[in-house]
Amino acid sequence: MSWADLLPPFILGSSLLPGLVIFFLPESRRTLRTALNLASACLKLVAVAVLMAVVATGGQPRWEWSLAPGFDLALQADALSLLFVTLSAGLWLVTTVYAIAYLEGAPQRSRFFGFFSLCVSATVGIALSADLLTFLVFYEILTITTYPLVVHRGTRRSLAAGGTYLVYTLSGGVLLFVGTAWLTALAGPVDFASGGATVDTLIHEHPGALRAIFALLVAGLAVKAAIVPVHGWLPVAMIAPAPVSALLHAVAVVKAGAFGILRVVYDVYGVQAATDLGVLTWLAGFATITILFGSLRALVQDDLKRRLAYSTVSQLSYITLGAALATPLALTGAVVHLVHQGLMKITLFFCAGNLSETLGVRRVSEMAGVGRRMPWTMRAFAVAALGMIGTPPIAGFVSKWYLGAGALSSGDGWALAVLVASGLLNAAYFLPILKTAWFEPARKAWPVSSGRLETSWMLLLPPLVTAALSLLVGVCAGVDASPLAWAGRIAREVFGP
Amino acid sequence: MTSLVLYPLAGVVALALGLAGLVTRPHLLTKVLAFNLMATGASLLLVGLGHDGTASSDPVPQAMVLTGIVVSVSATAVALAIIARLSRLDPDGVERSD
Amino acid sequence: MDGPVTASVGWLVAAPLAGSVATFLLRGRRGASEAVLLLTALAAALATNGLVARIMGSGPYTVEIGSWGAPAGIEWAVDDLSAAFLAVALPVWIAATIVAHGLLHSPRSPRDARVFRKEPGPTARTFWPLWLLLWGGVNALFLSADLFNLYVALELAGLAGVALVATAGVLPALQAALRYFFANVAGSISFLTGVALVYHRYQTLDLQLLRSAAESDASTTVALALLGAGLLLKAALFPMHAWLPRAHAAAPAPVSAILSALVVKAPVYLVLRLWLDVFHVALPPSVLTFVGALGAIGIVWGSARALRVERLKSLIAYSTVAQVGLLFTAFPIVHAAGSRDARWGLVFLAVGHAVAKASMFLAAGGLARAHGHDRLDQMTGFGAREPLCTYAFGLGGMSLLGVPGTIGFSGKWLLATSGLEVWAVPWVVAVSASALLTAAYVWRVLAIAIRSAPEPAGTRPLARRIAWSAFALAVLTVALGLGSGPFVEPLP
Repeated sequence: MSWADLLPPFILGSSLLPGLVIFFLPESRRTLRTALNLASACLKLVAVAVLMAVVATGGQPRWEWSLAPGFDLALQADALSLLFVTLSAGLWLVTTVYAIAYLEGAPQRSRFFGFFSLCVSATVGIALSADLLTFLVFYEILTITTYPLVVHRGTRRSLAAGGTYLVYTLSGGVLLFVGTAWLTALAGPVDFASGGATVDTLIHEHPGALRAIFALLVAGLAVKAAIVPVHGWLPVAMIAPAPVSALLHAVAVVKAGAFGILRVVYDVYGVQAATDLGVLTWLAGFATITILFGSLRALVQDDLKRRLAYSTVSQLSYITLGAALATPLALTGAVVHLVHQGLMKITLFFCAGNLSETLGVRRVSEMAGVGRRMPWTMRAFAVAALGMIGTPPIAGFVSKWYLGAGALSSGDGWALAVLVASGLLNAAYFLPILKTAWFEPARKAWPVSSGRLETSWMLLLPPLVTAALSLLVGVCAGVDASPLAWAGRIAREVFGP
Repeated sequence: MTSLVLYPLAGVVALALGLAGLVTRPHLLTKVLAFNLMATGASLLLVGLGHDGTASSDPVPQAMVLTGIVVSVSATAVALAIIARLSRLDPDGVERSD
Repeated sequence: MDGPVTASVGWLVAAPLAGSVATFLLRGRRGASEAVLLLTALAAALATNGLVARIMGSGPYTVEIGSWGAPAGIEWAVDDLSAAFLAVALPVWIAATIVAHGLLHSPRSPRDARVFRKEPGPTARTFWPLWLLLWGGVNALFLSADLFNLYVALELAGLAGVALVATAGVLPALQAALRYFFANVAGSISFLTGVALVYHRYQTLDLQLLRSAAESDASTTVALALLGAGLLLKAALFPMHAWLPRAHAAAPAPVSAILSALVVKAPVYLVLRLWLDVFHVALPPSVLTFVGALGAIGIVWGSARALRVERLKSLIAYSTVAQVGLLFTAFPIVHAAGSRDARWGLVFLAVGHAVAKASMFLAAGGLARAHGHDRLDQMTGFGAREPLCTYAFGLGGMSLLGVPGTIGFSGKWLLATSGLEVWAVPWVVAVSASALLTAAYVWRVLAIAIRSAPEPAGTRPLARRIAWSAFALAVLTVALGLGSGPFVEPLP
């Protein structure tokens, strides 16, 4: 085993171990806790960069650990893993900065940051899983570690929301567990690297079983991926503090579900088998319903975070739809949307958090004139919102373009229509916010800011960074190192040159 | 010959009676007596099955029964000690176990 | 006979029994009793260590006590199944002993005397002899290799358990102890009757010999039914569970921990041993289906009751009923699959429950001592006051749930994959879906813990070693979940 094989567990450990230490720090040790948080986030990012370098030069790190007779945890780093792990590590650093400022003075910060670190470790584990069992392990751990963050405030409403969250995610977990166990019982350990070879051997003898397993797996993943009808937990979970909503429910948890669906369709079943079994039509159907339903529900929400939550429900199914269309262009669009939607959505949630934390504004109807009081926050919001609508050259446009092109290339013009309709609906619920913020006079006096900036610099910098990145990845999408190029490489690996 | 059947049969009857008493009678001391009856029944069954009508029958069941008797005595002692303590705390409780 | 090595297993029973006598004679004197406890723990640790090393090195083995062979003498046997239970029993005992010592001797401030007055409860003089007797009895249960030895060990552990429940001293505890006593005794006598029938049929009681001689006929089946009925009653399988919740709730917390973790687990192990191993040729498969179904009902019943009871220890006790039900729903899978993986799945579940349940009861004991009671509706917000106990309870609950990383997950995974290989679908579904019911009552407690609320009057700080022992056991469920691979691989 070379040192490179230890990189995946090291990346996992870089947040796991400091997280465990943070649990035991007394509340008063603020500096130490902040230092640990930031140091581990930076360390993780550095390690990910090293991993990328190793893989770029042809290395294939792999690490295994035996849990019990016949079942091992396995971590590896293929192109899709690297994409997701880089996204997670990068956004974690940004969110850590944000969370430190947001929770200033709040109780139980050691508990919060302890679980926060565990969540990121679980997300990294999901990204780097080499087989379905390892994926299941980290997926379930993510459910458990996010719960204390959702209920952090300890109010009756938070706990009720947390209960709803658990009912949905644990039920999904049971379905995923049974599906994984069934497939493993039929075919042995299900390695992602095989690209569907496992299922290919079975497709003639057990087509019915394979369809049932697909349904179980996707149903389990659909909960976290917020696909209708199991999306209900996401708006409810918005009661969590803004950093939680931002990173976890806009990025880590929901992306884990979408990532899982990509893995199941392309690396467990493979495009050919999935198409032959006829399961992709169903997937596309549910994705379409979700895209439209989410956007429609977003229109009627006055609470800003809930509107953003329904927007997430809708936008996330772009990825599912792209996966179900099963063409190279659509897959490229789906994979790159993982990154782009993450960047844009986290920006929106950071801005929503700034508004509620600094001004106490939580509803769209209260946002009149807020653009003048918090110009930078709202500029970042505007960039992200326009990107979600699909305005060039921001990130969202790029992913939509590829999804649309992929739909046309496979003859699924209806999917293009869905994307266009969704774009219009996005405009319908985002543009009014911008209008209210910038063009309506303020209805009441805002609290004056204490410093030169509109709010704490640690609350301001993260959304500006992520908004800038959303713009950058769109503008420079043609560059070889962009997420788009990366997604293209992944699609080429799956479909062949 | 009849003794080959009689002893085990008596053992089974004692077991059944004891079990019935244990389950149906509310008085705690009656329950203790009932369980002693069950233990006796089981012992009788053990020895009775091992008895083949001759003088030199199998000694192993008899050894087991001896141990069983000791166990029953200790068990009875534990039960009585607890009942005694209970009756001090709740004098009527002995007659109506709940 | 390899002298010291074979002798060392004997210490697992001899040391606690000798310790029991010693503490009795010492009348609970401080210092001397601690010394006896330490020596006993040390002897047990060394013996367990030797046992594990030997079985990993050379496989199953038997030990003759006093060098008298069967059938005149007593033989003990160690195989992978019993080794797993004995190895896990050691940390559970040590943690529970630390907590018991802490609770017995925790300082009571005079300021609280007005509130708490003289609390009835165990005293060192009566507690330690009974505690060590239970320790020895439980070890003997896992080591015995013949049916009569098993009967004696069952009675020894049962009586010690009953007496320990009664040491709580209050009326509900005495009543619960008597219920436990009568249930125990009924079970033991059923077992003894089964032993009588087996001896009459096969003329031997040695498990090894019985395994090779067993045949499927009427008298064997009746004997198995009697043996099984007795054991199922002692394991508190629905509907013969009624004695357990009250006994485990009323007992002092460390006693509840050992009762739920080990004393209830031993009959499950024995059913596995007798029905699926020694006498498997004589077992009608429909019996396992019936027992599995009872287990499934037990899961639902226990979990439902756990959601409604008012006291924390009652909740944990009903959780034991539910988890025992879960173990029995796994029996049909083990029988149908017949594979090593399925058996280890069941063992992992059982062992995982033992450690997790013990840690939950110890945490509950700590919480009850801190609050002066264990009524859930008056403990709101205890997460902030007693974080270690809360994490212990939570982590233990995660293992019961089967969250990956814990040994509970390893057990469920092995059972699910083996079960689906032989299409034992209803049982696999029961094992997998039980997590949701378990989550419901674990969440109930955690929600109460996290709820921010002012500190109730009359709470007092908890001795640190109590919280840490509970937490250490909870961490063990994760350590076992992640690290048992290297230990289990080499075993057959």
